[in-house]
Amino acid sequence: MEAAAEPGNLAGVRHIILVLSGKGGVGKSTISTELALALRHAGKKVGILDVDLCGPSIPRMLRVQGKAVHQCDSGWVPVFVDQEQSISLMSVGFLLEKPDEAVVWRGPKKNALIKQFVSDVAWGQLDYLVVDTPPGTSDEHMAVVDALRPYSPLGALVVTTPQAVSVGDVRRELTFCKKVGLRVIGVVENMSGFVCPHCEGRRRGAGQTRWSPLPGLCAPGP
Amino acid sequence: MEEVPHDCPGVSSAQAGRGASCQGCPNQGLCASGAAAAPDPAIEEIKEKMKTVKHKILVLSGKGGVGKSTFSAHLAHGLAEDENTQVALLDIDICGPSIPKIMGLEGEQVHQSGSGWSPVFLEDNLGVMSVGFLLSSPDDAVIWRGPKKNGMIKQFLRDVDWGEVDYLIVDTPPGTSDEHLSAVQYLAAAHIDGAVIITTPQEVSLQDVRKEINFCHKVKLPIIGVVENMSGFTCPKCQKESQIFLPTTGGAEVMCRDLKVPLLGKVPLDPRIGKSCDKGESFFAEAPDSPATLAYRSIIQRIQESCSLRQPKGENLVGS
Repeated sequence: MEAAAEPGNLAGVRHIILVLSGKGGVGKSTISTELALALRHAGKKVGILDVDLCGPSIPRMLRVQGKAVHQCDSGWVPVFVDQEQSISLMSVGFLLEKPDEAVVWRGPKKNALIKQFVSDVAWGQLDYLVVDTPPGTSDEHMAVVDALRPYSPLGALVVTTPQAVSVGDVRRELTFCKKVGLRVIGVVENMSGFVCPHCEGRRRGAGQTRWSPLPGLCAPGP
Repeated sequence: MEEVPHDCPGVSSAQAGRGASCQGCPNQGLCASGAAAAPDPAIEEIKEKMKTVKHKILVLSGKGGVGKSTFSAHLAHGLAEDENTQVALLDIDICGPSIPKIMGLEGEQVHQSGSGWSPVFLEDNLGVMSVGFLLSSPDDAVIWRGPKKNGMIKQFLRDVDWGEVDYLIVDTPPGTSDEHLSAVQYLAAAHIDGAVIITTPQEVSLQDVRKEINFCHKVKLPIIGVVENMSGFTCPKCQKESQIFLPTTGGAEVMCRDLKVPLLGKVPLDPRIGKSCDKGESFFAEAPDSPATLAYRSIIQRIQESCSLRQPKGENLVGS
């Protein structure tokens, strides 16, 4: 059941990018944050939608934890992380009474909040909306893909680390993207090697397993 | 794949069976009559099943990628080194089941018998169950909403023929959601020894772990303790230690002190751990003298001590 593509609070958003990974802890939130900062550096106006309801990391990463969300005529006002208002952020982190409060919700309640985040936040005019997701292929992912479908997202950035255990989950995430009709912009291999600060000896990342390129998707770069 | 409406209000909500989105759902009548909000009979069935399981440990973390599955697997390996100890490892990470790969059991299939599903045995005294064994291809995505995941967890707890077990270790996905609520709910009558909570030293991880600790308090799940994983890295070239995940707010030590939960130990980051997991081998066999192995062994001993203190009286006890 798809929402009608009527102008809503995402009407002024030019491009929507989802950041996904089947695997936890590979750096989705870190990369979402760095991507937003890089886009700002390139002169773009960016919004970040954090739909990780159980583990919302982005407010701390942008040093706006503890801020409150306000209402305006067109809905919730996202939190601006800078004076110039070039990066705005919405996260469940802003709705908690205490920072250590656990969001212990089952799927249907999570789905309802995610729909609200998409339809009731007054994002205004944005060049990019980066959507950070929790690990997995479940309620949050289905809810956000369904809610964003009328706005034709640009696609998904899928994050992994080099180890096979991570790549295994990411292959499943790619299957998810194919099933729900979400274009994959590309894959990012994070934590790809470590330079010891003492001796500058370079090591490959934890796991050190070379994985074969994903067919049709990951041709070696320049 | 979908068995429940997208906007299902939840079976125990006041709107169950009555909401607009309930129209056409096969469970509408059940919800509207209030029967769905009654206690699940599976809870008693699981209590009976769990009578042959002496100790039950949940491995949790609010945060993803901190090493829950790695820890669960090595806790299982460590306990099973004593061939008189029967160990069961249950992977309830439905969307991202890592345990089959880490245990070197990828591609194995689950069999049905008269007494239920048989777990996959790595050793005579170490059985494993995961949704990974039910997939026809490792690339198959399990795109399930909460209710379907809950159903799978119920089946794992009720229908798997674990036999006589000393330790059941339950590996969970990150978060505080359906899987965690279901595991606690279905095991409610069966006495869980407690939770081992995994974190890394960084504040981004600790802030999720504090939520997990609060979750445990909310659902009255005892906390055996916290393990700080990836705690320091020793460069194999120069042997100097660095912190890859900086404990900017004091790491797990300060958090445990503040929240009054035991710190079971700190495991340093050894790249051979990840390699062993990818190969499906026990890290203890690969690097028996690594500081990480020693840390793991000390933590496992503390967990065993904690479980023996919590031993319930008057129940049918198994093994040692």
